[in-house]
Amino acid sequence: MSVLVFVELDEGKIKKSSQEAIFYGAKVAEMMGTSATAVVVGGADQGELATAGNFGATKVLHAADSKLNEPNGMAYASVVAAAAQQEGAKVVVLAKSSLADAMAARLAGKLKAGLAANVIDLPELSSGFRVKRSIYTGKAFAFTDLTADTKILAIKKNTIEVAETGGSASVEAFSPALNDGDFGLKVTNTEKATGDVLLPEADLVVSAGRGLKGPENWGIVEDLARALGAATACSKPVSDLDWRPHHEHVGQTGIKVSPNLYIAAGISGAIQHLAGVNSSKVLVVINKDPEAPFFKSADYGIVGDVFEVLPRLTKAVQAL
Amino acid sequence: MKILVCVTSVPDTTTKITFTDNNTKLNKAGVQYITGPYDDYALARAVELKEQSGASVTVLTVGEVDAEPVIRKCLAIGADDAIRVNADPADAYFVAEQIAAIAKENNYDLILMGRESIDYNGGQVHGIVAEMLGIPSISPVMKLDISGNTAKMTREIEGGKEDLEANLPLVLGCQEPIAEWKIPNMRGIMTARTKPLKVVQPTGQETLTKVASYELPAPRGAVKMIPADQAETLIQLLRTEAKVI
Repeated sequence: MSVLVFVELDEGKIKKSSQEAIFYGAKVAEMMGTSATAVVVGGADQGELATAGNFGATKVLHAADSKLNEPNGMAYASVVAAAAQQEGAKVVVLAKSSLADAMAARLAGKLKAGLAANVIDLPELSSGFRVKRSIYTGKAFAFTDLTADTKILAIKKNTIEVAETGGSASVEAFSPALNDGDFGLKVTNTEKATGDVLLPEADLVVSAGRGLKGPENWGIVEDLARALGAATACSKPVSDLDWRPHHEHVGQTGIKVSPNLYIAAGISGAIQHLAGVNSSKVLVVINKDPEAPFFKSADYGIVGDVFEVLPRLTKAVQAL
Repeated sequence: MKILVCVTSVPDTTTKITFTDNNTKLNKAGVQYITGPYDDYALARAVELKEQSGASVTVLTVGEVDAEPVIRKCLAIGADDAIRVNADPADAYFVAEQIAAIAKENNYDLILMGRESIDYNGGQVHGIVAEMLGIPSISPVMKLDISGNTAKMTREIEGGKEDLEANLPLVLGCQEPIAEWKIPNMRGIMTARTKPLKVVQPTGQETLTKVASYELPAPRGAVKMIPADQAETLIQLLRTEAKVI
């Protein structure tokens, strides 16, 4: 009956978004009078897996077959579906990510489960199973009843504040039969920025738009991001012009972020950009045009030249 | 090659969303409907593949009669024929079931759609359809080339991208820059009027989710402006007042 949580590792450590998913799953389990079980797929250090207990999981199922070492949405979904069956889980929680997105839909198909994506709060169980999810790219919320027997929740970053419990989870090997049909995709090349803070995981984001005038000027954006330990992002025109890679494009047709702090420099704030960032906790807008529409949605604003303001902010952060 | 492109009819990206009937219905007054922007990329790539190597392109939507202008536009852009499943696309599983039922009858080599619809942003339908058909699904696909029975793709991942290869048939969720959006020309618009648009009734009625009500985000408080020559104050405020750094 337990609540099952799919947990992702990054460089051997449980991802921050997955810590949140475990904590969320444990809360849901508590509401349902059961416990939370984490599922980890692929090679992992047993000590690290036990730390899932610190976020509320009582047990970790570890599927360590070497065929599962490379992320594979189809195969991973099959493993999680098998885990759900073994545990009799009626609720599966995942933190949104490119891997989890690929898995969640396939899981919904396998388990014939009601799936809610972009869930932003704990469910309401007083009359069935109701979740609050973000829709219209953050322009609204829908209270959605999951009417199927099995429910899958893909939660958005910053859905719940994690409180560490100090607990430790028992780790069990999990070896479901693997399905050859799940290994039909061949990855021939991977390009991934290393060492940087990943945008969808970032608590702090420094973003810039056409006001930066050209890709050669991004140094001042990167300097502030580095000083803060933030990820960098950009507006759609900047990505369309190839000044910055597409995976940095934030907005309605790009990545939707919900960090604690989003600093927008030289971005006017078109409704499509706003849609991708308006669930950020604190929005800072820096623009030389006092009429820029973004100021209306901001918490803090500076009317000024980004080429002067950004370096001053960087210095101020370094002086902290 | 037979390509199925699934499209959604969604409020224009500039729409200010509001609700009526005690927050249980979208206020459609003044809302302009468009083809889902991601679906538009999928369609554009399908039409390019047709132009390059000869393929048939069928466009499919699950929607009520008011979705037909979007379908006609897809035909004007270059799809050969269209199917509309006459139902409210209220639930991802229900929509996927309709697509899978039509796909089973017609054996498409490629099923393309946007990575997500921009109304509910679920990004689920391609994965559920693929699961129902027992074939791979890949999303979000930024580049697609077909040679023989093999698809070569580039997919966006966190902080980068990866190149993939797989055999057809496949279900793909698409996004920019897989192709340039196409604008229908006059000849396309004229021929679209006579291209076949078949309306079919849905298979089953089963839904697994149901929206009870909607809510708009709480407005933010008034913006606090900081003079540019005191920019450093911002960092202090972010630390002591907002407590985010």
